[in-house]
Formats: sequence, C-alpha cells, structure tokens
Amino acid sequence: MSLADNFIRGLWRENPVFKLLLGMCPTLAVTTSAENGIGMGLATTFVLVCSNITIALMRKLIPSGVRIPAFIVVIASFVTVVQLCMEAFVYDLYKALGIFIPLIVVNCLILGRAEAFASKNGVVSSIADGLGMGLGFTLGLFILGSVRELLGSGSLLGVSLFGSGYQPFLLMILPPGAFIALGLLLAGMNRFEQMRSRQ
Amino acid sequence: MRETLRLALVLTLIAAGAGLILAQVEKVTRAPIAEQRRLEMVRALQAVLPSFDNSPDAETRVLQVGTDKKGQPVERTFFLGRSQGKLSGIAFKVTAPDGYSGNIDIMVGIDPGEKLSGIEILSHAETPGLGAKIVEPDFKAQFKGRGLDNADWRVKKDGGDFDQITGATISPRAVVGAIRSGLEFYRQHRDEITGAKEAVQ
Repeated sequence: MSLADNFIRGLWRENPVFKLLLGMCPTLAVTTSAENGIGMGLATTFVLVCSNITIALMRKLIPSGVRIPAFIVVIASFVTVVQLCMEAFVYDLYKALGIFIPLIVVNCLILGRAEAFASKNGVVSSIADGLGMGLGFTLGLFILGSVRELLGSGSLLGVSLFGSGYQPFLLMILPPGAFIALGLLLAGMNRFEQMRSRQ
Repeated sequence: MRETLRLALVLTLIAAGAGLILAQVEKVTRAPIAEQRRLEMVRALQAVLPSFDNSPDAETRVLQVGTDKKGQPVERTFFLGRSQGKLSGIAFKVTAPDGYSGNIDIMVGIDPGEKLSGIEILSHAETPGLGAKIVEPDFKAQFKGRGLDNADWRVKKDGGDFDQITGATISPRAVVGAIRSGLEFYRQHRDEITGAKEAVQ
C-alpha cells in the first residue's frame, strides 16, 4: 500500500466518523458548532500522529501481552502534554476546548489506529495513516458541526446567515440533535453510495 | 512466571518513561499557566470593578463562607480596588451550584455603596444557544446599579426584577440567586472585608 493511499483512505473510504463510526463520544458531544468541530478534530489529529509515531517506533519493544495498557499510557501522556501546552501557550483556544481535551483519551479512534495500524507498520506510513485519519475525523466533525450550527443557531463559523428573522431550530444543538443529524447524514451518504454503485 | 515478570517490567518502564516526560512538561508549563490564570483574573477584575489604580489581585481578604459536604471550610476571596488610595470597589467570586448543568462561576463587582458595578461569567457549562446566553452583554448589563435595596432579586417569571432568557429560566435564576447571596454575605461581613474604618455609611 502506498503512502498516499494510507493518507487518503482515512479521508473518505474509511472516514472515522462516517464509515468506521469510531470516536462517537467527542463526535456527538462537541459538534454544537463548526468551530468546535475543527478545534477538536485538529487536537485529536495532533495526538493521533504523535501516538502513531511513538507506537510505530516502540512496536518491536512492546510485548503483545501488555500492548493495550502500553498504548493507553502513551496516548494518555500525549493528551496531558497537549492539554498543559495549550493551557500555557494558547490559552484562548484552551478555554474554548478545555473540557473536551481530556475526552481525547477515551477516543477509541486513537487506540484503534495504534492497534490496527501503527503497531504493525513503520513510522512514515504510520504518520500518513495518523494524518489521514485525523483529518478525516476533522472533516467529519466539521460537516456535522456545520449542519447543527446552521440549523440550530442559523450561523456558520459564528457568522449569522439567515438574519434576525430566523427562528433557530434549537433541538439541533442539544444532545438529541447530534444523534438526529448524524443519523440523517449517514443515511444520505449510504443512499448516495448505493446509487453510485448501481450505475 | 518469567514471562509475566518480563511483561510487568516492560510496562513499568513505559509508565516510568511517561511519568518522567510528564514531570518535565509540567515543570516547564507551570509558570506560564499560573501567569495565564492570573491574567484572566485581572481581566475579569477590570471588567467588573469601577475604575481603580492599584492591583486588586494583590490586595485581598479571605473569609470563610461556610463548609462543604465533607465539613471542609469554603473560602471566598475579596479583591479591593482603590482609586488614589480610596476604596473604589470590591470584587468577589460567587458560585451558582444550581445551574442547568454544573456550577456557574461569576465574578461580581460592587461599588462601596453595595451597588453592582458589573458581573462577569467566569465559567459555565450551560446549553449553547439557551442558558449559555447568560454570558451576553445584554443579560449582564441589567445588573449594573442594582443592589439588595433597590431590586427584587428574582427573575421576572418568579415575580422579581431580572429578565430571564427565552427558553431558559434555570440558568438566569441560578445567576441571580448566587449574586444575591453574595451581596448578603458582603453586607454581613462588610467591616471585616473593607476594614471597619473605611466602611461607607
């Protein structure tokens, strides 16, 4: 498999949000706005790339009997490093995303890629995989966040689009809206793929 | 048995390595984080206090306001703002425990006559689009100039003077209640906080 293939796979064919349905906890909780989706996606991408690199480097040293706890220690350490650095150096972003950063630890996407890819492949392809999966995750969160923000607050990336006459569909930014929007998006995508494969 | 020991050893080494890295990062970021928190506090103080020319975060009084569920004392810090040496305002943080989701931390600023000069929502986890509107200037502005004696400290829905937010009564009710109890506490302990000599009649 080529590097480009490793990278592109995560963006669409194995998109973590729409295809693998991994990391649903942050996906559903954070996507009340497009901006939150992008921030969470990029923070996750950073952790994913770092943990993929570390685990690919250590894959020969970690005995398979303790690989899962070892992966979790590595991932949790990177999340803590990200959290401390963001709080120290980009405080405004930290304020916006602060409560979501610890959630990255429980994102099974990261553990999933460590187990399924980085523990079996070299550093370079693991970076490509981490970037592709991370950006695919970001794309998924951005799309879901945009739909919810558009319907629920009538704005996109904080810019009001429909004027003051728009009655926001508040349900969409409440927790049930996350499930409804994701379900409808998935249904639409499956339909689209079905029609394409039939032709 | 030897295999088990090997697994334990490897995992211990990995954990120790992670601990070492985390300790280093914590050491490097400790000072910047403390500075960021202080700056945020200063920004909040500037937003809620009337004009001052001292540094209120250096001139504080700490009083015990009660005890928590475990019997540990709960303390509240009062920040004194001065203009040309004269007391110009007092700021303190109150916490509303009865928000829609989680605590709401509010910085309250009052002038020496116990009228509010401003409030600032420091942290909350209210619903975006509904309760989260407590951070908007329109909501915060209605508290300016109000005190215990010239306002009924309830939301309008409960018969008081303060606007709730359409679709979200719980968050404003929590904010109003927390500020009221903060004002009441200040009134009871005014002399301790400002120093009896300076108490304003």
